[in-house]
Amino acid sequence: MSDAVLILGATSAIARATAVAFAARGDTLYLASRDEDELRRISADLRLRFGIEVHFGLFDAEATETHEAFFKSVIAIMPTISGVVLAFGYLGDQVLARDFSVGKKVIAINFTGAVSILSICANYLELLQHGFIIGIASVAGDRGRQSNYVYGAAKGALSLYLQGLSNRLYARGVRVITIKPGFVDTAMTYGLPGLFLVASPQYLGERIVGSLGKSADVVYLPWFWRYIMLIIKCIPEPIFKRMKL
Amino acid sequence: MPTLTTNLTGWGRYPTYSCELERPERYVDLSSSVHSQIARGQGRSYGDAALNENAYVLLTERVNRLLELDVQRGILRSEAGVTLADILEVIVPKGWFLPVTPGTKFVSLGGCVAADVHGKNHHHEGSFGDHVISIELILADGSQLLCSSTENSALFWATVGGMGLTGIIGEVTLKLTPIQSGYVKVQNHTAENLGQMFSLMQDAMIDDRYSVAWIDSMASGSLLGRGVVMCGHHAVEDELSNNFHSTNIPKINRSIPFDCPSWMLNSSSVSMFNALYYKRESGKREPFISSYDSFFYPLDTIGQWNRMYGKRGFVQYQCVVPDSLAFEGITLLLQKLSASRRPSFLAVLKRLGAEGRGMLSFPIAGYTLALDLPIRDEGLFVLLNELDEIVLRYGGRVYLAKDARLSADSFCSMYPRYDEWLKIKQRIDPENKFSSSLSRRLSINEGTR
Repeated sequence: MSDAVLILGATSAIARATAVAFAARGDTLYLASRDEDELRRISADLRLRFGIEVHFGLFDAEATETHEAFFKSVIAIMPTISGVVLAFGYLGDQVLARDFSVGKKVIAINFTGAVSILSICANYLELLQHGFIIGIASVAGDRGRQSNYVYGAAKGALSLYLQGLSNRLYARGVRVITIKPGFVDTAMTYGLPGLFLVASPQYLGERIVGSLGKSADVVYLPWFWRYIMLIIKCIPEPIFKRMKL
Repeated sequence: MPTLTTNLTGWGRYPTYSCELERPERYVDLSSSVHSQIARGQGRSYGDAALNENAYVLLTERVNRLLELDVQRGILRSEAGVTLADILEVIVPKGWFLPVTPGTKFVSLGGCVAADVHGKNHHHEGSFGDHVISIELILADGSQLLCSSTENSALFWATVGGMGLTGIIGEVTLKLTPIQSGYVKVQNHTAENLGQMFSLMQDAMIDDRYSVAWIDSMASGSLLGRGVVMCGHHAVEDELSNNFHSTNIPKINRSIPFDCPSWMLNSSSVSMFNALYYKRESGKREPFISSYDSFFYPLDTIGQWNRMYGKRGFVQYQCVVPDSLAFEGITLLLQKLSASRRPSFLAVLKRLGAEGRGMLSFPIAGYTLALDLPIRDEGLFVLLNELDEIVLRYGGRVYLAKDARLSADSFCSMYPRYDEWLKIKQRIDPENKFSSSLSRRLSINEGTR
């Protein structure tokens, strides 16, 4: 049976690839982001390539007061909704993020905004007693590093939130999956120095949708990041704090 | 926008330049503010058309959304970064085909407009630009302008074949061609020499919607110009047996994973291959059914085939000689090539129809010869200059999308509408924001001297 999936932050490269992987299964989609022009373009593309039903609407993660009304409008258009993918995120500039006015936005989008909309989605799916929530966190949330700890803290908090949500909704038949991507070849990382083992958005998209058919609830993508992060987490703090990471 | 500094080449892997790459993901980011930039789709032009040494290259590969398809009338609107392969996957099952297609489907739609590409049907249906209804061009100031043969038509015909130098092609609306199946009915005809080859290609009884000739470039003397003319048309229902009712197409399954050593393609190995290929293809005397992929895109099934020519890369030399003197001109070119003992793995001869409206478009009525020549030494460039002289003497021209080495003077002589083009270029892009390694090599912004 095909699903009806809401994708939040649908205009990023990873979200677009994820939408493609859902579309390939014949799912109905609702794409949400702040960029109406891009939503229109991506929706048209998915309809033409896959012959599926695609809706779209404006969504601003930071404007939490609008989230209730937004979700109501999604339900109105796509009442069969059974899945949610949270794909929005904001890396920000780490140096600027030392100033709280910038760091605040990183937290507001990656954590506060995410919790706001996911609470609403979770409550709905809980009543429905089936469905799934896939949250895209980051390996950056596994250990604080000087290069991006504000972003890492927000994504790490999101991971914890998703873990708790998974625990709560398990008994109600709702699956919650946390995706932790390593380096992915997107506009966020393009041209950055020091990247290695960079995965394509297509790979991510296929594996994100594929994770629904597997049992793991915390999924590192590509898989070897689980072990890279395991090693990084095992480095004793006295040594770790002397490293430039 | 973040940039990536990297060494970049075209499909021929010569020349190599360090370029600053930008890769927008949103349509609005196609209008970037940087100076000296050139759009690059799939990097399938052979030389330096999509290179910009120490300056910006705008990758359009992620701005590739299909936007609208009118299934009744066969009209497609799409972002220009999309590949022909992606388009075919959507349109063939709906009974439509590209009106014109080059020999690979792994090119971008925008690139097809910018190079005003032609296919095996130019003598009947013209070049790619003839089927473009309109384009949305992103100008130097970032504004978007709709251009067609009726609206901003001078700019439209300066952009069709304009090698990306008038702006960034954002969207293209294209008229498709109806088909009844994804198959082509093919008929091969063997020519034992160039004389026979020309009479076959001129024979209206033999000609079909699509025609192309493969030439054994190593054959000389009385066998000079021997080869096989391959003609075909989209198969209609009646021509297909029950075995051919699927639109399933074979996927890429082979690839050249490394650079072949440069000695691998030498005159004896190429001679041997050519002799075998000649024997195989000329043996097909009866008409046969072929998938559209294997008829139009035979090389696409070998991924990265450009690596066959080794690390130093190759030059594809494609020129056209006007109709009246074509036989003489092509004979001279093949004699020169054959005498040089430089193996050309691929030699293709095609008929071109009447000249189109693109000011810098390549096709003119005549015969076009394309040769793949590996770079061994500087001697190749001497030979190619000699070929240029022959082409010029016969009133022909060299195809910029394939070119890596033509001189500015030869370019001016070959493209008589260049002055007209330059006026539009200087009006629409007075600060020369859109430039490439090719445009600088050809001194394209400096006018005729």
